[in-house]
Amino acid sequence: MNATLALETEGLTKVYGRGHTEVVALRDAAIRVRRGEIAALLGPSGAGKSTFLLCVGLINPPTSGRVAIGGRSVLDGPRPLADLRRFRREHIGFVFQKSNLIPFLNAVENVQVVGELVGHRPAAARRRAMELLDALGVGARAFNRPTQLSGGEQQRVTVARALANRPSLILADEPTAALDSVRGRQVMELFRDVAHEHGTGVIVVTHDHRALDVFDTTYGMEDGLLARAPAREKSESR
Amino acid sequence: MNLAVRDIRHSLGRFVLTTIGVGMLLMIVMGMGGIYRGLVDDALVVIRGVGADLWIVQRDTRGPFAEVSRLPRNLVDRVAAVPGVAEPREFVFHTIQREHRGKPLRMGVLGLAWPADKGERLPLVAGRGLAQNHYETIADESLGLSLGEQLRLGKDTYTVVGLTRAMVSSGGDGIACFTSRDAQAIQFDEAGESTRLERQARRARAGEIDFGRTQPSVLERAAGSSRAIAALPGPAVSAVIARVMPAADLDGVLRTFDGWSDVTVYTAAQEEELLLRGTVDRARRQILLFRVLLTVISAVIMALIIYTLTLDKLHPIALLKLIGAPNHVIVGLIMQQSLIMGALAYGVGYLAGKRLFPMFPRRVLVTNDDLLRLGGVVLAISVLASLLGIWKAMRVAPNEAIG
Repeated sequence: MNATLALETEGLTKVYGRGHTEVVALRDAAIRVRRGEIAALLGPSGAGKSTFLLCVGLINPPTSGRVAIGGRSVLDGPRPLADLRRFRREHIGFVFQKSNLIPFLNAVENVQVVGELVGHRPAAARRRAMELLDALGVGARAFNRPTQLSGGEQQRVTVARALANRPSLILADEPTAALDSVRGRQVMELFRDVAHEHGTGVIVVTHDHRALDVFDTTYGMEDGLLARAPAREKSESR
Repeated sequence: MNLAVRDIRHSLGRFVLTTIGVGMLLMIVMGMGGIYRGLVDDALVVIRGVGADLWIVQRDTRGPFAEVSRLPRNLVDRVAAVPGVAEPREFVFHTIQREHRGKPLRMGVLGLAWPADKGERLPLVAGRGLAQNHYETIADESLGLSLGEQLRLGKDTYTVVGLTRAMVSSGGDGIACFTSRDAQAIQFDEAGESTRLERQARRARAGEIDFGRTQPSVLERAAGSSRAIAALPGPAVSAVIARVMPAADLDGVLRTFDGWSDVTVYTAAQEEELLLRGTVDRARRQILLFRVLLTVISAVIMALIIYTLTLDKLHPIALLKLIGAPNHVIVGLIMQQSLIMGALAYGVGYLAGKRLFPMFPRRVLVTNDDLLRLGGVVLAISVLASLLGIWKAMRVAPNEAIG
């Protein structure tokens, strides 16, 4: 496995059900995302995008195929090659369509908790959380609860949380779906900056074709088949 | 970062109300234990208060607290003659309920062996001991009598000369101490008409026999005071109590009494045991069962509350799993909440009990040992109560945070 790659998959296949109820949600998916690269994953609903994210996010293991993150093999089919929860904690950041913040923690605590989970002292974790919130422009709302934040602010806090463990890979599932176009673009640009500045591989599942110029690479997915989109499509979308 | 405390802060109102509710339940558990302790302590007040080593009672009875025991008064003199025995005294105890100041007054009547015992051993909080052979009483303050108050019992009026505290019978009635003569007078008091009828009946019975018909003085005697009739026994006492001389051999003394066919002798420890296993035992077991039930109910309520609180945060739990939180963080979140709730509820129960228990009609005696034991039980039920929530949390999949 290549250590310069944030994510590498080979032959990733996910099958739900058996016999006549069998559904192949992901077929032989192969992808390589470099550190510092931001990749978009496009496709209609039910194409298998979320299944792909769940597989590479080590949440729902594939039926077959291999997954390597940050140069380390972590899944060989459904068989884990590492402690998956620990690996998620230390190497992967998640951002989802809904902000998914812990409601009983304020903004800074939502970010700080990740730092503490990876073993940082509370003071150090809090310091980094504050730095991230400041960097993402929501430092002033650090002590507000999620319900007191706007959708865009919540999403920024979620991004800060995803960065708190200095991950090799960030997986974002339609992170701008709940935002207006301006805010949506801001978030996409934020991901690009994060990828480029932190050397993190970022995969963003999106329906928003207006912001495709932000991405280094674009992948398309349909009926469980993953394919790199031609460069033409990307330039057209710009 | 303590997630449990932050979650509590988030749903503070519900948590506080639940904690108060569980605290009240724990207060009742505490109170039931206290009622039992009070019951036992009250029951033993008299036995310990009279300071006797030996309780001599009617043969084959279980003593004055368990059943009726009647002994002749002169047994005191026989007991005094036993080597190794000191300070033999009559023991008279019975419960009465009379009318006083227009209200029912229920009290335990304890006879003191005047003049040997003037009530010096009693826990006096006001007044003095008995200073004369008749018409004085030392009453427990729970009876609501005041110093100098006159109390009409039977044909006589008694003056309250002393007040005691926490001198109550096993039934919870305040005890009033009289000389044993007065205590017997109260016990055997009869209406004048009843005495007249009894004398008339005696005279009629005497008139039916030759001796009565031929001896007019017999008829006169039969119709007179019963005290003047040698054939009639004097008022009985409930028991005779005595001390064993310090140098005497208790077994030797007991062996002597073994040879007496009209009495049974118990040591103070045996008498306490008889009282606790007999009179108080059923109440004790009832209270114990009630305590067990309340403890189980508290545990079930706590489990349900913790479970409900866990259900409310299944999404954050799934999210924590998603971002890689190890199980011990999630278990800690739930168990700490349960322990905090248990500890706070215990504190609420303790403080509420401290204020409310003194208002109870019977003494509620909460000992430090009982508090410690209950603390242990609360700790255990807090842990047990969290298990249901933990079980639910462990079943949550991280992808539930996304859906």
